[in-house]
Amino acid sequence: MADQKTIKRKTFECSGKLKQVMADHFLELDRASQSGDSKIAWCSSVGPAELLRGMGFLVYYPENHGAMLGASRMAADVIPYANAEGYSPDICSYLTSDIGAFLQEKTPLTKAYNISAVPRPDVLVFNTNQCRDVKDWFAWYSRHFNVPLVGVHTYREIGEIGYDQIKEIAKQIEDLIPDLEAAGGAKFDMDRFKEAVGLSKKTSQLWRACLETASAVPSPWTFFDATIHMAPAVVARGTQAGVDYYEILLKELKGRIKGGIAAIEGEKHRLYWEGMPIWGKLRALSEQLSGLKACVVASTYCNTWIYEQLDSAKPFESMAQAYTELFIVRDEAYKEQYIQECHDLYQFDGIIFHDAKTCPNNSNNRYGMPERLRGNTGVPALIINGDLNDLRCYSEEQTKTNIEAFIEQLEEGMV
Amino acid sequence: MASPIFTGVDIGASRTKVTILDPQKNLIGRAEKKSGTDFSDTAVSCLESALKMANRSRTDIVKTVSTGYGRNNVTFSDRTKTEIGCHAKGCYFHFPKAITVIDIGGQDNKVIKLDEKGNRISFKMNRKCAAGTGAFLEEMSMRLDIPLEDMDSLARKATEQVELGSYCTVFSATEVLEKIRQGKKVPDIVKGLYLSVIKRLLEMDALGDTVVMSGGVVAYNPYLVKMVEERIGREVLVPDFPQYSGAFGAALFAMEGGI
Repeated sequence: MADQKTIKRKTFECSGKLKQVMADHFLELDRASQSGDSKIAWCSSVGPAELLRGMGFLVYYPENHGAMLGASRMAADVIPYANAEGYSPDICSYLTSDIGAFLQEKTPLTKAYNISAVPRPDVLVFNTNQCRDVKDWFAWYSRHFNVPLVGVHTYREIGEIGYDQIKEIAKQIEDLIPDLEAAGGAKFDMDRFKEAVGLSKKTSQLWRACLETASAVPSPWTFFDATIHMAPAVVARGTQAGVDYYEILLKELKGRIKGGIAAIEGEKHRLYWEGMPIWGKLRALSEQLSGLKACVVASTYCNTWIYEQLDSAKPFESMAQAYTELFIVRDEAYKEQYIQECHDLYQFDGIIFHDAKTCPNNSNNRYGMPERLRGNTGVPALIINGDLNDLRCYSEEQTKTNIEAFIEQLEEGMV
Repeated sequence: MASPIFTGVDIGASRTKVTILDPQKNLIGRAEKKSGTDFSDTAVSCLESALKMANRSRTDIVKTVSTGYGRNNVTFSDRTKTEIGCHAKGCYFHFPKAITVIDIGGQDNKVIKLDEKGNRISFKMNRKCAAGTGAFLEEMSMRLDIPLEDMDSLARKATEQVELGSYCTVFSATEVLEKIRQGKKVPDIVKGLYLSVIKRLLEMDALGDTVVMSGGVVAYNPYLVKMVEERIGREVLVPDFPQYSGAFGAALFAMEGGI
């Protein structure tokens, strides 16, 4: 049988530094929100953050807050309040948990940083590259705070990306400048903007290097570790703090490889996670898989925050390219090829597809991909039903059984 | 001295089943009862009944493997296996070739594909909802106010096809009320319920050439198997005592540990 023991994740020496980066981020926003000294832009997680940094805004990411609501398991309590306001239980549960929490005047920032409320925005900036929900989400706050809502409308389901498409997105980004200046941003400064793009690129390169250390056998870390350590790649990209953090993390990961330190002692199975994390169940899933000697070595989700296309020599165009070439924007053929390339690099022997009830754009099992990948690579897949934040859509027992049975299946294949 | 015996315990969402095998893999004892609210007690109670049937005692047991939702609640178990693994094992024992196993349980359905060596190629469980499971039929029997055990004979008397379209058990119940209002006969509605279960099963996965069905619903509703055969146009294999397939597989795993 699949030998199952509960094993906790190994802690990282740089965890303290991670906490500091995140605390600095939120406390700076809180101070600005209270004093009005700096302008605050809310930005979708793969929105045009570098431009905002380049215009002197402090940047707050509601999706990061959504993930915190999920991880702290506050989401289930507050989602119903957004549902009652007409926001369906079937749409993005980041949206419903974030708006529900706001309506209830609750935030996980209170417990984590003694911050009473999310920072007040001066402008809300989205990119629909992930989904339309970010725009609808921000629109609610735009109405509530009576502040401008601006953004980029991207292409969807694209295979090859043409130059004209990149040019058009670049133009949309550039066209944001007058609105952002009017919303209180500093006058656009090309040098400052280029600097932010350059720092984002460095952050991305380091983040990729960190993720790719998991190609080592045994892997020095797991997807569950990475979901925690990716926070600066989201909130501190375009800053020196992001670069500094990943230099430290990369050093530690390399040290683990050199020292033969495995994330999972006796690593027996290597898995790929496709889809959103189940934030409220990270620990439970991590411990179950560790107990089964299974290491989730890579994920599409964590790879999302790699934007190596960024180039400070052509900032608008390279931003357009980086934010349009994302996995989530692409067609099925591209996505399939992408996962196959990840298989070549990480040598995983199974894929877990998370079918997230409220996140269709990030649930890639729905158009036959698991079956096609199995045909092309021979790698079996497991589909688990759940959600990023709404644990009403999650059956713990059924998921546990499915995972255990999947590992049994992999073990049978090893006999 | 009595020969050693091997025990499989399957604590399902609805019922608990215990099997006892002799070293020749003969099923010499079995028992089942409602899982109830104390899985440990139910397992012990079933074990005692099965031992009585086999005319053996607990000291003859070499190894026990438990499975099902309550697999971790069996105090006398040596190890656990998932119900997916155990149903596959149990069915492959009876039909040792490449098979697709369809198990209809009290609370979930499984479609498991095995290669000719009995290794799992893939498996799928129903999504969270109860549609297509034993729980669905239980709910409907209550709505129709007919005993669960009468459904099979009623379905066989159907003369007209009644279609129920919904995925959802609650919506299906509303549809059933609608059919009653329309004056549809109870046997036709019951057959419509079976058809609904079959549709939920067939949309889970593509079936291989040889299909095996197991589980309590199959044991007590054999007409449903006949309807599946009609639907897919080929014979469906059913092991003896299909409700015991998981417990039987668990006992086979117990035996693999050695005597």
